Amino acid sequence: MNERASRTPLARARGAPSGARTRAQRAILFLSSIWAWLFLALLILFFVAAVPLTTGGAVNFLTLRNSQNILVAIIPVLLLGLGQTFVIIAAGIDLSVGWVMSLASVVSALALRAAFDGGLPLFPSVIAGLIAGVGAAAAVGLVNGVVISKLKVPAFIVTLGTSFIVRGVAYLMSENTTVIGLPAGIRAYGNDALLYYIPGAGGGLYVLHRPEVSGELLRRMDAILPYPVVVTAFVVAWAIFLLHRTQFGRHVYAIGGSMDAAVRSGIPVDRRVIAIYILSAATSGIAGFLSTLRFTAGSAVIGDPLLLSSIAAVIIGGVSLFGGAGTVIGTVIGALIIAVLTTGLVMLNVEAFWQFIVVGTVVIVAVLIDQSRDLITGHARAGAAQ
Amino acid sequence: MSEPLLSVRNLTKTFGGLVAVDSVSFDVARGEVVGLLGDNGAGKSTLIKCVSGVHAAEAGEIVFDGRPVQFASPMDARSAGIETIYQDLALANNLDVGANIFLGREVRTRRFGGLVKTLDDRHMREQSRQTLESLQIRFPTLTEPIEKLSGGQRQAVAIARAVYWDARLMIMDEPTNNLGVPEQHKVLELIRTLKDRGVPVILITHVLPDVFAVTDRVVVMHRGRKVAEKITARTNAEELVQYMVGAREDAAA
Repeated sequence: MNERASRTPLARARGAPSGARTRAQRAILFLSSIWAWLFLALLILFFVAAVPLTTGGAVNFLTLRNSQNILVAIIPVLLLGLGQTFVIIAAGIDLSVGWVMSLASVVSALALRAAFDGGLPLFPSVIAGLIAGVGAAAAVGLVNGVVISKLKVPAFIVTLGTSFIVRGVAYLMSENTTVIGLPAGIRAYGNDALLYYIPGAGGGLYVLHRPEVSGELLRRMDAILPYPVVVTAFVVAWAIFLLHRTQFGRHVYAIGGSMDAAVRSGIPVDRRVIAIYILSAATSGIAGFLSTLRFTAGSAVIGDPLLLSSIAAVIIGGVSLFGGAGTVIGTVIGALIIAVLTTGLVMLNVEAFWQFIVVGTVVIVAVLIDQSRDLITGHARAGAAQ
Repeated sequence: MSEPLLSVRNLTKTFGGLVAVDSVSFDVARGEVVGLLGDNGAGKSTLIKCVSGVHAAEAGEIVFDGRPVQFASPMDARSAGIETIYQDLALANNLDVGANIFLGREVRTRRFGGLVKTLDDRHMREQSRQTLESLQIRFPTLTEPIEKLSGGQRQAVAIARAVYWDARLMIMDEPTNNLGVPEQHKVLELIRTLKDRGVPVILITHVLPDVFAVTDRVVVMHRGRKVAEKITARTNAEELVQYMVGAREDAAA
């Protein structure tokens, strides 16, 4: 309704109208909207070229095996990041996800062991572990959500507090940080794959069945799509659906975009916030459960180092720390970027500590790129545009 | 037509010792634009917040559509048909036009054999487009976040939202504030469109040209009290300013 007004120099300076952008601005906007994909592609290309060079052609980056390793590596960071995506889009923060993952790992291990030792068959015992681990995590999320929404304590403080509490509980329950004595059979749940492929003579493709091979054949065998990767893929698909296709997801964006508008539009904000923190804790709980299956042990220290990586993945993926913007796919790309960087640098024999320096730089650059986009679209991140 | 849609009788609201609204009465007829004029702190916002369910009045009565009402919350007032558009518009700037018009009242379709409900964005966008068109508002795109729209366009989104949800009385708090001149004209045009559709509007303002551009009647407040009520066509800016600054007061008001 204000085509003419929007072409005034003042309006253009504020950057509000979409029709008045220069070609350069549009190009920057386009690039900034796909930069994470581009960066991931360039990163892979770089390692594909650099890894054989530095190893004299002995090692390649983009092998079937390495791609599967990367997929397995991103699971915990991604699962923690998925819940965090919802939380941060709703303008919150969940600092408890790392220790919640630890708690879930310990609780699921204890429950699984107790069920199995109590005489349950393996599969029901695993399910008992899943329910107990994710349930314990969700309970922490419920506490987070209730204190944040009903008692109006800032999310940063609440989740910082619960992360300490959960840390203590996880150590107390695990007694010596690690819960062992789990049935050996769960190793298959946490490590076997949908497909196995052995290239060359005597090999073949095996579906839903791990071939009993040894020696040279075992060395050549690739596991494709390990079960934890499949589970994570389902969680990702579900998160995409939930955030982008449902009323709940729409409310997550509305709460992060304008809490005031959300309240005044009749959105049940408290209930939504509680659900968001339960969701965040639950995806962390799934991560803890999967790690218990993978290592055949519950660990109270497994999650803590992952908190900051998961937030980094979310931020690299384009979720605004001020809330209101971001996608699930962005977080997947963010987690992939971190995993590719980490794996690639290791293969280049770069000292492991460089990973931190590179990931940190990428996080800051990611936010700078988002801000340059906001300058052009006239969107002040804090929502104080007008 | 004879019975007013909204009738406020001797409404009083105090904050501690401060009397913010002092026994104010006024009516709004169907299809009428009433200006609520006053300087900052005159009590017009407090008065309107009593009508829209934000505040509970200590004394007095509000009759809406022939029934005495007591709104416990803004949602109450809203479901009765009183829509208030505050200066901050209560829009989610990160969502598109359709999402904003349907915010909190999203339309969903059953999917996968009725197991889950998904957002029906196409339907919401189409309904939004029709509502905007009926108000003669045209946007280049309905799929972008509204933070890319101008202040006037966002005002139009807020108005369209109220219209779509069958607002029977629209209260607008300083709608032309912070807008450029062409945008101000657009918003005033929208108020005339609402009036033509039979939706009465209470226009809270301290801008005299706005009063003369669109209102039929004007109620002037000063320090919590109603000091004048005039047919807009029978008053002038000088007179209204005298009422606003407290230099003049009608005993009958």
